[in-house]
Amino acid sequence: MTGVRFQPASDQSLLVSFGQQITLDAHQRVTQLLRLLASEPIADIRNLHPAYCSLLIKFDPLKIGHKELEAIVQTYLDQLENVTLPEPRQMEIPVCYGGDYGPDLNDVAAMHDMKPEHVIELHVSVNYHVYFLGFVPGFAYLGEMPAALLTPRLPSPRRRVPAGSVGIAGTQTAIYPFATPGGWRLLGRTPVQIFRPERSVMDQDVMNQDAMSLLSIGDRVRFTPISPETFAALEQA
Amino acid sequence: MTQIHVHAPGLLTTVQDLGREGFGPMGVSPSGAADPISLRVGNRLVGNAEVSAALEMTLLGGTFSFPDGAVLAITGSDFAANLDGVPVELWTSLKVTPGQTLRLGHTRSGARCYLCVQGGISVEPFLGSASTHILSGTGGFAGRALRKGDVLAMGPEAGSFRKRKLTAQAWEYLAPRKVLRVTPGPQADWFSESSQQGFYSGCYRVAEESNRMGIRLEGPLVAASFGGKMITEGVSLGAIQVPDGGSPIILFVEQQTTGGYPKLANVISADLPSLGQLRPRDEIRFALTGWEAARRLLSEQEALLASKELIAE
Repeated sequence: MTGVRFQPASDQSLLVSFGQQITLDAHQRVTQLLRLLASEPIADIRNLHPAYCSLLIKFDPLKIGHKELEAIVQTYLDQLENVTLPEPRQMEIPVCYGGDYGPDLNDVAAMHDMKPEHVIELHVSVNYHVYFLGFVPGFAYLGEMPAALLTPRLPSPRRRVPAGSVGIAGTQTAIYPFATPGGWRLLGRTPVQIFRPERSVMDQDVMNQDAMSLLSIGDRVRFTPISPETFAALEQA
Repeated sequence: MTQIHVHAPGLLTTVQDLGREGFGPMGVSPSGAADPISLRVGNRLVGNAEVSAALEMTLLGGTFSFPDGAVLAITGSDFAANLDGVPVELWTSLKVTPGQTLRLGHTRSGARCYLCVQGGISVEPFLGSASTHILSGTGGFAGRALRKGDVLAMGPEAGSFRKRKLTAQAWEYLAPRKVLRVTPGPQADWFSESSQQGFYSGCYRVAEESNRMGIRLEGPLVAASFGGKMITEGVSLGAIQVPDGGSPIILFVEQQTTGGYPKLANVISADLPSLGQLRPRDEIRFALTGWEAARRLLSEQEALLASKELIAE
């Protein structure tokens, strides 16, 4: 396979990159490699960190080196074309936009010289693609938003973003599963629990850890606007 | 079930083992002991498997009593531990009789100390590990730091008491380092030569807001001179990432699993445990090391941890 780059990231990790641009094609290869490594595990691999167009492989440095691992991964890449991915799941996430739920909605609207209603309209217009889960448990990177909503991060991150907050940065959007610090601009909040640690039943397949995380790599996601009353009702449920 | 009663929790005391690997695709970082060498040795001293769960204390220790007695060892930094007023020797197994009280105070050396008990601390595992992940409130004891009044369970005692002690030579070899050896990061070539020179010749202070997620540094600013656009990618433990402001951050045990800042360097595996002993205001330096040297240093460290010279009985 051409266009693949191997780089040692640390003395116990190897970064495999499929290009330097976020494309669905590069991302598909990441997902295929992840799936293949899950179905035919390499003994000395300890962890996998997928992203937009790369996969970081963490290994046991006492057992294997970068070059050896690269040679083995190369044989996996040769089989990549044959890896079929499951049909994406379609997920719906209810979001209450604006007000205390989305404290940055009005600012974002002003930045783009549009009405807040139009920002919401654009944000719900896309059937998003889950590129990967990263940052913190269950945090799904969703793309792409319409170019008209391209928005920079906050100049300085908030110390605490409430759990369930729906933020945007660049042309990406995401839901904060926990109250964490965060620099994405907040448009709204969902009452749905995004990470569910009490669901202890684990599927050993790394592609299918959704028992705990509501969203998985490859899922499709639509946002549905809801009222504060519906938010409260769903939160109680 | 034998118990530990928490009379004072200390500043930040959590249950930790060697962490949970394999859940990166879900955004879950391994967590685990900040100084895994101290945890592993402590467990060995009390006759446990190295992976057993123990209490990790940070800067200020707690006060604990043992209604049924216990066999324990305190490892890592010196938190001025005493048992009913009698100073406790670090890195040495100790028998506690029922009703005795163990008190730890402020650190007199590094950031963390470990209280390892025979049988380990018994908690419901989360994704196969007892380690607390503070940010997500998962693992450990109720997913949080200990509080006054908590009652912890110890696992069944594994054997009888034997006095064991870390040897002086081993301690000297394993002592935490202030000069951290690093390999180049995946975006090292984004940084100019002068920027890299500033990084490797400079002295950095550990910032107050450092925690188990990341160690923030104050010192010479480093700027990525390459104008390219960084695409968020997986990040490894000990990665030294440089946000726009130019103050480096070392990603630590409760790290984010992916990140969007360029990485100048990465702390070598053999020196990761030293990160767990860095206190706010400590001063550190970085030394560039080759891939082969990094591997050799880790092999040597593991050989010592596996050797007979580690512990005297």
